[in-house]
Amino acid sequence: MIERLRAESLRLLSLLGFALAWQIGAGFADPAILPGPAAVLAELWRHSLSGELPQHLGITLARVAAAFAIAMLVGSALGMLMGRSRRFDAGLDGPLVLALNIPALVTIILCYIWFGLTEAAAVTAVAINKIPMVVVGVREGARAIDRQLMAVAQAYRLPRLRTLRRVYLPQLYPYLMASARNGLALIWKIVLVVELLGRSDGIGFQLGIFFQFFDIAGILAYTLAFAAVILLVEALLLRPLERRLNAWRR
Amino acid sequence: MSALSIAIQRKLFDGREVLGDLQFSVADGEFVALLGPSGCGKSTLLNMVGGLDADYAGRIEHLSGGRLGFMFQEPRLMPWLSARDNVALVCDDPRGAAAAAEARLAEVGLGERATAWPQQLSGGQQRRVALARAFITEPRLLLMDEPFISLDAPTAAALREQLLKLWREHAPAVLYVTHDLREALALADRVLFLCDAPARVLLDYRVPLPRPRAIDGAELAELRAELLARYPNLLSGSLD
Repeated sequence: MIERLRAESLRLLSLLGFALAWQIGAGFADPAILPGPAAVLAELWRHSLSGELPQHLGITLARVAAAFAIAMLVGSALGMLMGRSRRFDAGLDGPLVLALNIPALVTIILCYIWFGLTEAAAVTAVAINKIPMVVVGVREGARAIDRQLMAVAQAYRLPRLRTLRRVYLPQLYPYLMASARNGLALIWKIVLVVELLGRSDGIGFQLGIFFQFFDIAGILAYTLAFAAVILLVEALLLRPLERRLNAWRR
Repeated sequence: MSALSIAIQRKLFDGREVLGDLQFSVADGEFVALLGPSGCGKSTLLNMVGGLDADYAGRIEHLSGGRLGFMFQEPRLMPWLSARDNVALVCDDPRGAAAAAEARLAEVGLGERATAWPQQLSGGQQRRVALARAFITEPRLLLMDEPFISLDAPTAAALREQLLKLWREHAPAVLYVTHDLREALALADRVLFLCDAPARVLLDYRVPLPRPRAIDGAELAELRAELLARYPNLLSGSLD
């Protein structure tokens, strides 16, 4: 408990240190080029009060959540299949390597051209970018499944669902958690690009407008708001979940 | 009535014939030890009986009604489940499983450690959990594959005692694989000696000692010496 408190305060301290360095750096620069944290916070406050920022933030978060869920579900299913069956692995490995190396921008443009400038196309494009990485991570986990433990489940004729939940998936959790972590970080970045290119709302769309007006305080205010939300998701969702799943390792 | 009857014609493992013409049966509640040179296919046979390996020619029938216990060479506990949850995992009925598991753990002397993770338990304690797990399904047939190997002698002796106590109370038929003749003579009603691959039953031997038997007792040592004097190459798989 005390150790956790120490780790948390260290985390907070490093964030404060960063803000301080920013403030000092801003003191030497043109405020239009690099506004200080105070100016950005004021901007953040103004955009929040107008209701504009919460609205765009909410839309972007919804897209992140949808793309994340699709990518994790499809990627995990494919990864488990490929880790389990050599035939699947041999058959899908080529397309997987190809998919891993297609630039995000190409997927986005193609999705917009083929499916139109729609919500579905936007979310699909983001999911397609993430799926191959989830597959690679989960496949690694599925290859490392302990056959001896699976044999226990088989010998005692456990129902399929119980085998999945209590014998199979616990072995995959570390790999799934790693995929979820990397996934969240990658997906929200791609969502912004998708919004910039083909949506008329969301943070990416707003950043495009700020870019046209050279509104750097606005850009930083939106970035700050979103980064704060992601940090919260990490702290309130992912880390407690990981602690629970890893309780037995201590 | 037999709890298990085996009639195997042939079993290949990596293209090599490990089991030949192999026939025997185990009566209800009977304790049978399976003894043979290492690599003669004892574990393979146990896996076949347990339904883990279906690729063989022949017939294996057990009247266990699917109620089977299996103890492996390693404890094979799920590291992410507490001792109690490991035992409860194999219960048919999830309701009441936790309470039943705690009762079983208490039976094997681990009532206090029900919430411990497997890695917090010693090797002997982990085997006790595996033993509790094997008995919680009230098995009619219990398969054991050298379950107390790689334990120090006193720990192994205590676990054998525990096993015999549970066996008397629940009376499952037991098929116990070992390569230790003294252990087989101490535990079993009958010892089946197998020959080297392809394995057949070389000698079906009924242990003439009354219970309880001490594994380091004089009677057992005498019986063992007598057996080995009659069949000097018995343990390497030959009656000559």
